[in-house]
Amino acid sequence: MSMRSIPGIHSHGKTDLPVLKPFNARAAGEADDLLFSRWLVSIPGYVWFMAIIGLVVGPQFAWAATSYTYSDALEALVKWMPFIVKSGFLFNVLISFFAMLIGTFLGVILGLMQISPNRFIKVPAQIITQTFRNSPWLVLLFIVLLALPFEMTIAGVTIRIPDWMKAVFGLCLPIMANIAEIVRGAVQSVPSGQWEASESLAFTRQQTLWQIILPQCFRRMIPPWMNWYAILTMATPLCSLLGVEEIITLSRQAIEAENNRPELLVPFYGFALLIFFAYCYPIARATLALERRFAVKL
Amino acid sequence: MENNTWSDDQPIVSIQNVHKSFGALEVLKGVSLDVMKGEVICIIGPSGSGKSTLIRCINALNDIQAGSIKVEGLEVHDSKLDQLELRKRVGMVFQQYNLFPHKTALENVMMAPIKVLKQPKDEVEKRARALIEKVRLQGKEDAYPGELSGGQQQRVAIARSLAMNPDVMLFDEVTAALDPETVKEVLVTIKDLAEEGMTCILVTHEMGFAREIADHIYFTDRGVIVEHGPPDTFFDNASDPRTREFLSQIL
Ligand SMILES: Nc1ncnc2c1ncn2[C@@H]1O[C@H](COP(=O)(O)OP(=O)(O)OP(=O)(O)O)[C@@H](O)[C@H]1O
Ligand SMILES: [Mg+2]
Repeated sequence: MSMRSIPGIHSHGKTDLPVLKPFNARAAGEADDLLFSRWLVSIPGYVWFMAIIGLVVGPQFAWAATSYTYSDALEALVKWMPFIVKSGFLFNVLISFFAMLIGTFLGVILGLMQISPNRFIKVPAQIITQTFRNSPWLVLLFIVLLALPFEMTIAGVTIRIPDWMKAVFGLCLPIMANIAEIVRGAVQSVPSGQWEASESLAFTRQQTLWQIILPQCFRRMIPPWMNWYAILTMATPLCSLLGVEEIITLSRQAIEAENNRPELLVPFYGFALLIFFAYCYPIARATLALERRFAVKL
Repeated sequence: MENNTWSDDQPIVSIQNVHKSFGALEVLKGVSLDVMKGEVICIIGPSGSGKSTLIRCINALNDIQAGSIKVEGLEVHDSKLDQLELRKRVGMVFQQYNLFPHKTALENVMMAPIKVLKQPKDEVEKRARALIEKVRLQGKEDAYPGELSGGQQQRVAIARSLAMNPDVMLFDEVTAALDPETVKEVLVTIKDLAEEGMTCILVTHEMGFAREIADHIYFTDRGVIVEHGPPDTFFDNASDPRTREFLSQIL
C-alpha cells in the first residue's frame, strides 16, 4: 500500500513513516496559495512610514515653483476624505463582501462537483473552474456588464440591475473558481485512508464527505479563503471602469471638482492606495496567523 | 435479507477462486479459502503478494473480476448487495489506524453506531466507554488521535470497529507502523478478542504471534495461496520450497 502524508495532522512523531510526519504547507514545487498575504505582511514597517512621509513632503519640492502648493493639495484631500471614504471605499468593501459571499457559495458547490465520481458532473465543473481561474478579471467584468441586461423581467416583475450588481457578478466568477480549487484541493489532501475507514464503517459517500472529510479540512480552507478576499478587495477598483461609483471613480470626480490640478493626482490616488493596504494588511496578518495555528495542532 | 440460508455450520467467510486485477496487473489469481465462525486465520507472505488486496475484497473495499466471496451467505460482490448489511458484519482495522483526527477517541468509537446504525446516543456512549476500557484505554476517552501514541490509536481503531458489533474482524498489518514497545499492547488486544470467539482474519508479519493465535495459516505468493495448514505443521514442516525460503528469511 502506498503511504500518503496526512496534511495538517501532527502526530507525536517518534517514527520515520512519512504518513505521520506533519504536513509541510509548501512542499517543493507546489504553488503557494497564500502568496499575496505573505507578500503583504512581509512589507517592512518603514516602507509604510516612508510612503506617508513621501506623500506629505516629497512633492513639495517638485511643485514648489507654482502658486498652487502641495499643502493646498493636501488640504483638498482632507476636505474630500470623508466623501471618498464613506461613499467610495465603503462601497468597494460592500462590493467585495457580496462578491465574496456569492463567489464562496458557488465555489463550494463547484468544488464539490469536481470531486464527484460522476463524470458528467465532474468534467464540466473542472472546465468551468479552469476557465474562470485563468481569465483576466477585467475581461470577465466587461463580459458580464455587456451580457447582462440593465433590467430583467421575472414573472411580470421588472428589476433594474444596477452596474455595481453586475460588477459583483463579474468579480464573483474568478472568486468562485478559486474557491472551488481550494475546496477540491482540501478534500483531496485528506488521505484516502479516511475514506476507506469510514467506508468500512458503513458510512455512505455523502455521509463520509460531510461528516468526516469536510470537517477535517474546513479549517485548512480558511487561510486561503481569506487570502482571496484580500485579493478581491484589491481588485474592486476595476469596477471604476464600469462606471461604478467606488473609491477611484469618486477620487477622479473630486479631482475634477478641484479643477483637475496635476498636483492632486499623487495625494488622491496615493491615499486610495494606502487605504487599500491599510484594510488588507490586518487581513493578511490574520491569514498567516491562522495558517500557522492550524498547521501545528489539530 | 431475502432467503439467506446461512447457518453456523457453514463457513462464515467463503472465498472461491477469486481473481482480481488492477488494470493489466493480476494481483489475485484464483484464491480460495474458508473461515469458520470463531476461527482465527493468519495470512502471511512476501510484500506485494496480494494479502492486503485479498483482505480488502472481503469487505468490498476492492472489487473482484471473477470468483465469489460470501460473508454469512451474503454475496459480497453482488451489485444488488446492501453495503450496509455487509459492513455491519465485517469490521476492519488498518495499518495506518485511520482514526478521524477531528474527533476524540470516544467520539471516534461512537460515530458510526449513531450516524449509520441510528442507535440512541446514551446507549452507544455506554457501549463505547466499555469498549475503550476493553482495549485498556480508560482515561483517554477525550484525547484526540494526535495526542495518542500509535499503539493507543490502533487500539481506539479496534474499539471503533467493534462498536458496530461485527461478526468478522479484518486486520491488515495492524502493528506494522508501530514502535516495537507498543506492538505488544495491540497484539494483546487482538488476542483477547480471539479468545472471546471473534472470527479474525489477520495479515501479519508477526510470526510468533501468528503461531500462537492462529487456527490456520495461509501463505500467499504472487497472487496464489501456496500452502496452508495449522500453525505447527505450517511452521515446522512446510513442504513448498517458496514457503520454506520465506520462513527462513523471516524467522
Ligand atoms: N489500488 C491499486 N492500484 C494499482 N495497483 C495496486 C493497488 N493496490 C495494490 N496494488 C498492487 O497490487 C499488488 C499487491 O498489493 P498488496 O497491497 O495486496 O500486497 P501486500 O501483500 O499487502 O503487500 P505488503 O506486505 O507490502 O502490504 C502490488 O503489486 C501493488 O502494487
Ligand atoms: Mg499490505
